[in-house]
Amino acid sequence: MKHVLGAVCGASVLLAVPAMAETTLTIATVNNGDMIRMQGLTGEFTKKNPDIAVKWVTLEENVLRQRVTTDIATKGGQFDVLTIGTYEVPIWAKKGWLVPLANLGADYDVADLLPKIKDAVSADGKLYAAPFYGESSMVMYRTDLFEKAGLKMPEKPTWDFVIDAAKKLTDKSGGTYGICLRGKAGWGENMAFLSAMANSYGARWFDEKWEPQFNTPEWKTTLTTYVNLMKEAGPPGASSNGFNENLALFNAGKCAMWIDATVAASFVTNPKDSKVADKVGFALAPNTGLGKNANWLWAWNLAIPAGSKKTEAAEKFIAWATSKDYTKLVASKEGWANVPPGTRTSLYENPDYLKVAPFAKLTLASIDAADPNKPTVKPVPYVGVQYAAIPEFQGIGTQVGQQFSAALAGSTSVDAALSAAQSVTEREMKRAGYIK
Amino acid sequence: MARMATRQRVVISTIGAWLFGFLIFFPILWMVLASFKTELEAFAIPPSFLFFQWTTENYAAVQERSDYFHHAMNSIIIAGGSTIIALLIAIPAAWSMAFAPTKRTKDILLWMLSTKMMPPVGVLVPIYLIFKTFGLLDSRIGLVFILCLGNLPIVIWMLFTYFKEIPRDILEAARMDGATIGRELVYVLTPMAIPGLASTLLLNLILAWNEAFWTLNLSTSYAAPLTTFIASYSSPEGLFWAKLSAASTLAIAPILVLGWFSQKQLVRGLTFGAVK
Repeated sequence: MKHVLGAVCGASVLLAVPAMAETTLTIATVNNGDMIRMQGLTGEFTKKNPDIAVKWVTLEENVLRQRVTTDIATKGGQFDVLTIGTYEVPIWAKKGWLVPLANLGADYDVADLLPKIKDAVSADGKLYAAPFYGESSMVMYRTDLFEKAGLKMPEKPTWDFVIDAAKKLTDKSGGTYGICLRGKAGWGENMAFLSAMANSYGARWFDEKWEPQFNTPEWKTTLTTYVNLMKEAGPPGASSNGFNENLALFNAGKCAMWIDATVAASFVTNPKDSKVADKVGFALAPNTGLGKNANWLWAWNLAIPAGSKKTEAAEKFIAWATSKDYTKLVASKEGWANVPPGTRTSLYENPDYLKVAPFAKLTLASIDAADPNKPTVKPVPYVGVQYAAIPEFQGIGTQVGQQFSAALAGSTSVDAALSAAQSVTEREMKRAGYIK
Repeated sequence: MARMATRQRVVISTIGAWLFGFLIFFPILWMVLASFKTELEAFAIPPSFLFFQWTTENYAAVQERSDYFHHAMNSIIIAGGSTIIALLIAIPAAWSMAFAPTKRTKDILLWMLSTKMMPPVGVLVPIYLIFKTFGLLDSRIGLVFILCLGNLPIVIWMLFTYFKEIPRDILEAARMDGATIGRELVYVLTPMAIPGLASTLLLNLILAWNEAFWTLNLSTSYAAPLTTFIASYSSPEGLFWAKLSAASTLAIAPILVLGWFSQKQLVRGLTFGAVK
């Protein structure tokens, strides 16, 4: 028995010794298409930097968030480059968890970064992450259905127009729904859409003194409009639809309109995946004339955790992956339609890109229309368009999202959902010490 | 007449059993089918059952993107290692509780089980810090250790119930013949408990193979088993069902084959007490 135990332990120890060679970067990333492409192009980076090897940890967004947060909070030092969202950057920068990016190289051209995106990844004037791709949200609509109904989508539609068109275009017996919107509960799911929609109706998450605002008429109008619209013109079971479910519905030709991330534009216009690829038009997210559109702002960024001991190599990698040359590299290998969008001004001036991306102009206009520092009509104490960049927001946002999803499903009323959202948010904000 | 009725009953129960079996197996079958569809077909409503354009592009894409064999080898080492070590600890522990109980034995058994009642995320940060301090993060030995600890209560409980079924007289007879405790364990008890041991081993292997919380949180790339491999194929943005199905099919294949070949042992072990 002793021998067996010894052998097992010995074998495990032997197998547990990792191979060590040159500088090896461990990069944690979400598994969105653009990131997978970056992973595929690693060889180009290591060819230029033979002394650096790269190991990838690709995970689903929520798993990655938990994994990376545990590591960075305990200074575990398991990762050298992280992929994080605009939500995390200001919070983590403030906690001293990220290394400021000061040596991206002379030819990096920081001034070329889209100003709104650059703001979102900076804190105290320092760049704490480099944007890899950026997105906003916009209206995607079926040009054929609009034409058939004699409707014309304005470039800057109002909510009144969108609601009216959605009702007219709904043909429930034929399986076509006027509008598909997110309903699945989650701070990054239905609350991303609803917070942006609320901004366009002049609502806000908190007032200047961090008092939750769900008891205001603006929120009531937002939620009532949303629930009624989805009841009349939305697909069945909308309360469990997120990005992917709506993408599948839209691609199958079941939605006349869909308001969601600008990155969806390349999916719905790809004939390999979409049945309606040649019948899609784009417009800015709707407004109510108050000066704010219902669109959000998000970017996936590369950053270096404070625990990494290979910051120099990590910064080299980040500079490579977010440079103009990388965009050119992707274009040469996979075509201009597949380059990561939404981070650099130069991309939107490139005629080759504009030719293959009919949605480029709208993407840029949508990004420009969102302001993380002034997300809604009234002043707010937080940064972020569809979120408030405070650590407590993930928990609060998801709980509020559950209430709103229940209101959409009809298991609670709009009023009850709003008052529950108000009390949940108040309780959490008191607990966290923002309000007394 | 009576014979006909019996035959009818046999036919009905056979059909019933097959239907039930099919129902249980259906999700796995669906996953395998989806892995041979294109992304668009995998998402299509209404879904097509067998009549679609079969493709192996998902398997090619998965193989191109990740190193399946590296992850599979990690899974084998981690699940196998943790199971063997857990059994080596659990056999003597269960023996002492079954054949030499004290008045505290029951409490100890319950206390051991209570460690399974806490959600693992509750101890994530302390365990992570311990792993960091001892340099065990992203190491196979660390994962072997934590999975072994996690499954020990169940292994001990299972073995304890199997051992309880073995008549004490046989062990006493061995003792009368002058067998030491070690010999009694190895030459008398273990062979008699083989079906129970086999099913415990298999169950523990499956639990360790499928364990996703600790393996995802404590590994990055070097020690990452198949659970991390699967987790890299679901995505909140974009269509992924077909590729995820291909990755999942590849991930469960080894354990499915193992389960298939040893189902006789497994069933015998699970009904070990019942036939007495």
